[in-house]
Amino acid sequence: MPRVTFNGIDVEVEAGSNLIDAAEAAGHEIPHYCYHPGLSVAGNCRMCLVEIKALSDKQDKPLPKLQIACNTVVQDGMIAESNNDRVAEAGRSVLEFLLINHPIDCPICDQAGECKLQEYYMEYGGYESRVDLDEKVLKAKATPIGPDVMLDQERCILCTRCVRFLDEVTGTHELTINERGDHTLLSLTEGAVLDNPYATNVVDICPVGALTSRKFRFQSRVWYLSSDDTICPGCATGCSIEVHSRGSEIFRVKPRNNPEVNGYWMCDYGRRVPSLLQGGERLSAHLKREQGRFLTRPVRTAVQYAASLLKDAGPVAVIVSPELSQEEAELLKQVAGLLGGEGCLVFRCEKPAFDDDELLISADRFPNQQGLQVLGMRSADGPPLDCSLAIVAGCDPAAAGPQWTDWLEGLDGLLVLDSHKTVTAAYADCLLAIATHFESGGTFINKDGLRQSFEAAISPPGDAVEGRVVLGWLVEELGSVAGVSASTTALESRLASA
Amino acid sequence: MTESANPERVLLHYLDQESDLCDIENYVADGGYATARRVLGDMSPGDVIDTVKESGLRGRGGAGFPTGMKWGFVARDTGKPVYLLCNADESEPGTFKDRLLIENDPHQLIEGMILSAYAIGSEKAFIYIRGEFRKGYDILCRAVEAARAQGFLGEKIFATEHAVDIVVHLGAGAYICGEETGLIESLEGKRAHPRIKPPFPAVQGLFGCPTIVNNVETLACVRHVMEKGPAWFKGIGPERSPGPKLFCVSGHVNKPGVFELPMGTSLRELIEVHAGGVANGRALKAVIPGGSSVPILSADEVDLAMDFDSVAAAGSMLGSAGVIVMDEDTDMVATLRTIAHFYHHESCGQCTPCREGTGWLETILLRLESGEGTEGDIETLYSVAGGMMGTTICALSDAAAMPVRSFLDKFRDDFLGSLAAVEG
Repeated sequence: MPRVTFNGIDVEVEAGSNLIDAAEAAGHEIPHYCYHPGLSVAGNCRMCLVEIKALSDKQDKPLPKLQIACNTVVQDGMIAESNNDRVAEAGRSVLEFLLINHPIDCPICDQAGECKLQEYYMEYGGYESRVDLDEKVLKAKATPIGPDVMLDQERCILCTRCVRFLDEVTGTHELTINERGDHTLLSLTEGAVLDNPYATNVVDICPVGALTSRKFRFQSRVWYLSSDDTICPGCATGCSIEVHSRGSEIFRVKPRNNPEVNGYWMCDYGRRVPSLLQGGERLSAHLKREQGRFLTRPVRTAVQYAASLLKDAGPVAVIVSPELSQEEAELLKQVAGLLGGEGCLVFRCEKPAFDDDELLISADRFPNQQGLQVLGMRSADGPPLDCSLAIVAGCDPAAAGPQWTDWLEGLDGLLVLDSHKTVTAAYADCLLAIATHFESGGTFINKDGLRQSFEAAISPPGDAVEGRVVLGWLVEELGSVAGVSASTTALESRLASA
Repeated sequence: MTESANPERVLLHYLDQESDLCDIENYVADGGYATARRVLGDMSPGDVIDTVKESGLRGRGGAGFPTGMKWGFVARDTGKPVYLLCNADESEPGTFKDRLLIENDPHQLIEGMILSAYAIGSEKAFIYIRGEFRKGYDILCRAVEAARAQGFLGEKIFATEHAVDIVVHLGAGAYICGEETGLIESLEGKRAHPRIKPPFPAVQGLFGCPTIVNNVETLACVRHVMEKGPAWFKGIGPERSPGPKLFCVSGHVNKPGVFELPMGTSLRELIEVHAGGVANGRALKAVIPGGSSVPILSADEVDLAMDFDSVAAAGSMLGSAGVIVMDEDTDMVATLRTIAHFYHHESCGQCTPCREGTGWLETILLRLESGEGTEGDIETLYSVAGGMMGTTICALSDAAAMPVRSFLDKFRDDFLGSLAAVEG
């Protein structure tokens, strides 16, 4: 690996990496706009100019001109510097050029708070403008260019990250550069609409407020949002994502770099999953049916009731969703083992159909189908008619038609665990309110067999509890009967601390 | 003022020839294509490169880079084709020499290209000609067709095993297409956004293949270097910057035009003798020696040898040898504003300093020209130009900035005189 000296600090960096990455390894950020590690090098913003004191062991003369760090591939013995007056002046100058025609939109711009122009402006100073307002070049403001993307040409700094994303990653070429000089415009190519399944990534990679999300616009200032890492539950790919929320409300989702799975990107469907998952009528209390009416019960009482309903009453069918985490599925498998019966059967809800694409979208619409397969669970081809007791977890077979509703109706006992008031819930004798994916920690096994853990991003409503916790208690209740309480107590303490 | 010894005109030989050299028969009758035939039959490509290196030929496009050395950079044995591109996108204000060569002696260029393509191992060459040069385009197309019909272009040319063919491509009218990587992008059918270097075209150029881009006049010179030998070429003008050179003289002179003179001819001689002196009996105020992008010289700096090194030593550049002469009545503020307007209009908009700086310069200069400028504007011009120099992908930004600093340095009083009167 080449050894590089950056700002006097020696670092060893991977061969082929550029100076921006090398500097990062040395603990220095080189300011930049157009460079993005997931895209080709454009070298147009000129913000990352640094001084090369020596190109390599063999060429140890300083280069006369400043060089862009993004296009400078490290060589053994390279000596580079960004912490001197010459580089600082170049950066200040480039930033001023970027700002002279930039609109003063910060108070109404969604990017405020996560805008590289703002950040470097604060860092570099130059607060006194040398250009009169009426001398600024005016361009088109808020123009919708697709279902989720709004373009503001005045705010655009023409770094071409979005153009390169659409050329190099999706290959759909919706955006292009037109005109010349300071009248240069980012615009849609003729007849195009930015509506490909990955379109919103351009909002994420836009370093300024030129491309904003029409769904997120004016919804929240970004500094009010907290960010939590999780895995997208939208399909079997399992993209790493960040969930940005305030209180228990999710405002947006962004991809999180994971070279093994999704790189820097995610699909637009994945961004809609939180509203699909968090919407609808939620279950916020644990319910017990008594004389045809549901009564609210504290969670432990409800779990005890569920155990008493199911144990020693005959074989129990356990119907599980491939959207449950591996932890939930494992506990359900234990429950099935304790109660006898057919084991767990996998029930898949209706989902919007997608074909596999070459990028990230998987035709397998469930995040943990692989995990259930690992546990040996097989598909429910229809209702398990030989069982008169059932547990339905995280899925809604009643919505699949009379074949299922007839069976549900004839059951002697039904425990439903769900986050939502499903059709199936109406048939339940006991309802345990559990958290959604975004409210839970756990593990998914993606389509390639990769185990990925995640943590809760927001809290569940009301009394709802994470499924793995409730199921741990249920195993304990059932197990104490079967004499396995010691191990489940250990499990509970693990879950409680999780 | 005496005229320097002027050997026969070589590049502008057509002027001394009665027959029309656009006609291939006349060109051949005049000895044309004999050099290409001989060299392809007798010499190895390496020998051609060595001959050009020995001649000391430096690129006539503006930068003055040694041509033979440039050819030596071509990546060998890549398994990819090598391309020769002739840069005929002559657009630098004050420059109009290549057009003459194209329109009056196209076979001189084609023969130079055959020799150059052979030297670098290229079987396919392109002439990228400026969009406005429609006449030259038609002439070149006919000339290429005629050369092909004679077996001088195509497969097995001059009855050898070698192939060289030429495609003439008409540009669509942008100054930036003359920047060699902008030219390559444009030829590939894209916006002419100059490329970041490395990689350099000699390694990765047109369609990702090793590519050499040479100017029209350079390629025409190759034809004569190969005919008359390197010693002949090196014997003309200064040793480090030799050969015949075309000088374009425009502006306030009695006889504007293109003059073929030895490299190193004095600027004063060029203006006073060849171009007939400053027009209307006025005094000289300033000269731009190498096209609008190079630093301006004042009247007392014209005792200067017009070769790459001497002009550079004087703080300017020989550039494209587009000599723009200005008399004593010239409004320097308006002149600089006109130049700034050109670069503002032609900036491709890719790099931040150039995209934003070219417009900013023009805005300030317009204010100065209209008499509303302030002294602060002059300082701003300096610093804007400073921020534009050496900070971008291509040289257009420098080309826009260099004149500004030199105009302000040498004609500061003109700019101060344009300022708004301070009240009180």
